[in-house]
Amino acid sequence: MIRNNDVKMVPLPSNAIVPERDVDKPPVLSVHQLGIDFGGLTAVDNFNFIMGRTEIGGLIGPNGAGKTTVFNLLTNVYQPTRGTILLDGVNTSGKSVSQVSRMGIARTFQNIRLFDRMSVIDNVKIGLHNRYDSNLLSSVLHTPGYFRHEKQADEKAMELLSFFDMQDYAQHDAGSLPYGAQRRIEIVRALATEPKVLLLDEPAAGMNPSETEELAENIRRIRDTFGIAIVLIEHDMNLVMGVCEGIAVLNYGRIIAKGTPDEIKSNPDVIEAYLGKQEDR
Amino acid sequence: MKKKIVFKEKYISYLIIVVMFAAAVVMIRTGTASRKLQSWLVPICINIILAVSLNLTVGFLGELTLGHAGFMSVGAYAGCIFSQAVQNVMPAAVRFPLAILVGGLSAALFSVIIGVPVLRLKGDYLAIVTLAFGEIVKSIIINLNITGGAAGLRGTPQDSNYIWAFALTLVTVVVITNLTESGQGRAIKAIRDNRIAAEASGIDVTYYRLMAFVIAAFFAGVAGVLYGHNYSITSAGTFDYNKSIEILVLVVLGGLGSIRGSIIAATLLYILPEVLRDLQDYRMIIYSVVLILIMIINSSEQFSSVKELLDIRKAFRKLFSEKQKGEALNDQE
Repeated sequence: MIRNNDVKMVPLPSNAIVPERDVDKPPVLSVHQLGIDFGGLTAVDNFNFIMGRTEIGGLIGPNGAGKTTVFNLLTNVYQPTRGTILLDGVNTSGKSVSQVSRMGIARTFQNIRLFDRMSVIDNVKIGLHNRYDSNLLSSVLHTPGYFRHEKQADEKAMELLSFFDMQDYAQHDAGSLPYGAQRRIEIVRALATEPKVLLLDEPAAGMNPSETEELAENIRRIRDTFGIAIVLIEHDMNLVMGVCEGIAVLNYGRIIAKGTPDEIKSNPDVIEAYLGKQEDR
Repeated sequence: MKKKIVFKEKYISYLIIVVMFAAAVVMIRTGTASRKLQSWLVPICINIILAVSLNLTVGFLGELTLGHAGFMSVGAYAGCIFSQAVQNVMPAAVRFPLAILVGGLSAALFSVIIGVPVLRLKGDYLAIVTLAFGEIVKSIIINLNITGGAAGLRGTPQDSNYIWAFALTLVTVVVITNLTESGQGRAIKAIRDNRIAAEASGIDVTYYRLMAFVIAAFFAGVAGVLYGHNYSITSAGTFDYNKSIEILVLVVLGGLGSIRGSIIAATLLYILPEVLRDLQDYRMIIYSVVLILIMIINSSEQFSSVKELLDIRKAFRKLFSEKQKGEALNDQE
């Protein structure tokens, strides 16, 4: 159990900082000099980022700063113009989106993307797809092996759903559920792929303060239970400051500050990016 | 709970086909089936196979393809040419199943060849390219000698009969139903519902799209072989653009993603124009009016309540629960 809210961040040999407990292990994600141009526009540039194995990291910045672009680069939705991404030491360049998912990066989306016309449990089973799937022939013939695989997948899916107490929703159509529940299912589906890094894109969007509180608790619980690294993009500063151990601030596609929540809060560059430059009077 | 419903739905599809087959056998044995009625059986089965297989791409994968008749013609010609070649070597009982395989596999091979480049396209583009494919196949067949050219291919042994047709229909329905409820089917439906999320969840989108496309083409080819061995002439003109649209109508009418719907629509829409044949000039007018009416009724809110009344499963459940209630009352006394 890793439960440590006031963590100490210590520098790695590579000059990045990670929580003290992760220092002995190689970082799970290390991004070096990442950048992408869309035509003449540089959307992200010189992006350097290290994640400890069980770190909860935050990526914040004003609208249009390039946060979701970074997620799209990490999941290979966009091929970077420059730079490298090492997932657990393996370069992800040239891999397809689904390959990257299988390598261990899972994500949720800013605007929820569920399989609306499928049941909740089937949504989760899509995440489990690469682990429990039987081959085409046994699927078509419904062989005993097929039923065994299905049963295993069902059990695993229910186990994952029980993490959010959502077993009762299993047979509902995913599209018919309330917003908060859909957000949770998206997270469960992402967890089903057994990721090493979970990317959450604005998980608190549209939530009220008490739901956000619950989300913060859940994010820690995911980290503790699954022992994975989590990166979140979020505008809700209470959530980010409360749950993240390390934060990177992005503005105009570049990192303008990195550090612990306290360091970020008092950083003049960050305050300027959010509130504008203070005029001398 | 839902699982049970899925199971029942699946067995209803199988039951429809088995009952149709049983009815056909009884009527033919007792001599009550007219010659005309007997001649309907194979075409109805062909219609069902075509509709159910196209439903896999249009309904479950969610891609509009307009080249189903093209795959059907590839299967028909491949199967017929094969049968003619081995006509004197093998008995019909060996020849025909092999012809079915040859036809299905040729159609599947063509679908791989065109699917690999074409499945990179999305939506409307895919529809247009598959439409073009159907027309190209037709033109090639008309201009080849081996296919008999524009005059059509003659001399194919008429090996197909209603027993083969029903057996193949059942195989098609079982295979496609099983596929759609399996992991592969889930992946295919996930791509339909949200391609980006499916990809991000580790689903190899290109692979599963191609899989659905190829399996659908295989069964279109099988339907083609049945067709080719049912008539004395196979002509390329039959498999034109209109045929593809006709199959699409069956799928849309029966309901996208509903195999049972496809079966019912394929049967009724074959019988309807045949029954109306006596009305000659008015036939197609009535046919299209009926089509429009069914489409409107099927999509209207009011009709769904009527549909519920017709739902066999619900009626059964109601009957059953009332019976239980009655028993419970008896117990109290």
